[in-house]
Amino acid sequence: MAAGIVSYGAYVPRFRIATESIANVWGQDPVAMARGLGVQSKSVPGADEDVVTLAVAAARMAMRRAGLPGNAVGAVYVGSESHPYAVKPTATIVAEAIEATPLLTAADFEFACKAGTAAIQACMGLVSSGMIGHGLAVGADTSQGAPGDPLEYSASAGAAAFLIGTRDLVALIDRTCSFTTDTPDFWRREGQRYPRHGGRFTGAPAYFRHIASCGRELLERSGSKPSDYTYAVFHQPNGKFPLRAAEELGFKPEQLKPGLLTPVIGNTYSAAVPLGLAATLDVAKPGDRIFVTAYGSGAGADSFDITVTDRILSQDRTGTPTVQSLIDRKVMIDYAIYAKLRGKLLLGGGAE
Amino acid sequence: MRDVAILGAGITQFGELWESSLRDLGIQAGFEAMRDARIRSDEIDALLVGNMAAGRLIDQTHIGALIADHAGLAGKGVPAVTIECADASGAAAFHHAYLSVASGLHDIVVVGGAEKMTDLPDEDVTDIMATSLDQQWEAFFGATLFADYAMVARRHMHEHGTTREQMAAVAVKNHAHGALNPKAQFQRPIKLESVLGAPAVAQPLGVLDCAPISDGAAAVVLCSADRARKISDSYIKVAASAQAGDSLALHSRGSLCGFEASRVAMEKALKLAGRSRKEIDLAEVHDVTTISEILAVEDLGFVKKGEGGRAAESGMTALGGELPVNTSGGLKARGHPLGATGIAQVIELVEQLKGNAGRRQVKDARLGLAHNVGGCGATAFVHILEAV
Repeated sequence: MAAGIVSYGAYVPRFRIATESIANVWGQDPVAMARGLGVQSKSVPGADEDVVTLAVAAARMAMRRAGLPGNAVGAVYVGSESHPYAVKPTATIVAEAIEATPLLTAADFEFACKAGTAAIQACMGLVSSGMIGHGLAVGADTSQGAPGDPLEYSASAGAAAFLIGTRDLVALIDRTCSFTTDTPDFWRREGQRYPRHGGRFTGAPAYFRHIASCGRELLERSGSKPSDYTYAVFHQPNGKFPLRAAEELGFKPEQLKPGLLTPVIGNTYSAAVPLGLAATLDVAKPGDRIFVTAYGSGAGADSFDITVTDRILSQDRTGTPTVQSLIDRKVMIDYAIYAKLRGKLLLGGGAE
Repeated sequence: MRDVAILGAGITQFGELWESSLRDLGIQAGFEAMRDARIRSDEIDALLVGNMAAGRLIDQTHIGALIADHAGLAGKGVPAVTIECADASGAAAFHHAYLSVASGLHDIVVVGGAEKMTDLPDEDVTDIMATSLDQQWEAFFGATLFADYAMVARRHMHEHGTTREQMAAVAVKNHAHGALNPKAQFQRPIKLESVLGAPAVAQPLGVLDCAPISDGAAAVVLCSADRARKISDSYIKVAASAQAGDSLALHSRGSLCGFEASRVAMEKALKLAGRSRKEIDLAEVHDVTTISEILAVEDLGFVKKGEGGRAAESGMTALGGELPVNTSGGLKARGHPLGATGIAQVIELVEQLKGNAGRRQVKDARLGLAHNVGGCGATAFVHILEAV
């Protein structure tokens, strides 16, 4: 049975910090930094926001849009690298919040920036096999960048949820494939607050190799070429990498436009490709094909060949905010407020 | 002392070679040099390897034994030695290989240089490169190699009116040369504005004023000139190989605007070769920063002190100019795998003197000079090679 997207939801925290504000603190050239990374600003979670609240917001929007009761959902998987608990699932809280409990399976996923798409693939398997009717896959992150680390310019927050099923689809997932190796380009060990990364090693042998290999594999298996797709969404750790990867595979910058969000909201990690896909579905028309490739450090890529159906027009596009409207809804903050919100200030006895 | 010739040469691609280890690179360059020289492994009397920092970069010392073992020389009892003079380690290894053949002790010596730098984060590499300075009096207090060169640049600008544009002209020129070298790390030309607008490393030096972090290896085979003559009438002779030293810390020197070690090594080399600097057709100099090349062309006496900036700006040191400098792209564009650089410089001269340099060929090149500096000027080597 072919699986696809029944509905989707998104959430982006309203706070933004400009690249300039971060660059000024660390004595970097703000203009050169913004241009070099292709990132003008990034989203920042509020004091009462974490992966649970972000995931719940996106999940509720997906359920509202689907018009289905919570107990229609047989699986909830939440992909993130910033789950609030090391032990205790985010997914159970999300399942409870959408009233999907107790007769369902739930688990947390982690695969750096592609845990969300891994969750989509898992749900595809469950619904295709008939084990469940609908599965909810969420990618959500409040990603971490150490003060002064280049990651601080991009590590941001967001969430997107996809209700995966086999009937009443707004988009059919024609095919998916993955490319996975043991490539240590980025990691965070148990108990560490901030991740570490291999600098330029995160580029050619990590991001580009995996995205290009997985993307080519999908094109080959689908027998399609880049020009067959109306849109393309690539993982976007900064504003530059996805454009280069797209060019390498033969896609044009226009195809990436609706789903390239990092320049304005930063890298939302597990939510990056899911949010880009949600933003693309927001503007897609029936028959449009969307090429998707997510990347997660450590390392792997997931590619999807998606075709938008007629139902995209009948689903409620007005009752729920578009990704663009979430992005437009913003409050700029300075580095001091950012540092407070992200727990980078040591208060009193060192408590956050 | 007998005359020494270069019988063969081999060099790897320079760059971020994620798939290659130090031993892969060393062996690749070494085998290529042996094939080029048409020698068998049982003819090798000694192996010398220039390496600055494998002990910290990849936690491996004993590089001579490592390369000899993996090149299949271990069972033959070939003596192998690692030689370290900071980023002049390659030139140091070449110098000692030259001495051992010139003395008559050895007939055939394989001498290489190799460095694997990209396994560590950039900031760690910066710290490791700073170990070529005086750790107790410079690096410990935060000085990096490029910070020392930035002080040199500031002083040179102050005393001689050298401009940022003149320094940037060195980078533009060497990238243009690198674009013609298929082994170079950077093979694309850059614009003056890009150099001036690049993020600062240590002001006034920006990213494009400084040599990159690189992996790579290079090797040559040395033999007596008598042996070379038996194979061919035309060969590359080592006309001179000289070294000079200076105080380790910058603050102990009389002047920041030149490296006395470079000047002295040049005088020695010219004397040994019995040549004048006017006869030199091309030079590979130690442009670890743009100001370094300006210093080098002055210290080596190709122009007067203070005129090095103009030499780059006017095109004098570009391909087709009066004295082409760093036709390989130099450390700046070919890349700077620390210990490999000194040998890579020699190989560029060999290619040029043999007329094999393709699109970057210097016409009628007969006499070439290589200049390799350790750290911020405490060590300098000058070799002069001659097409016979």
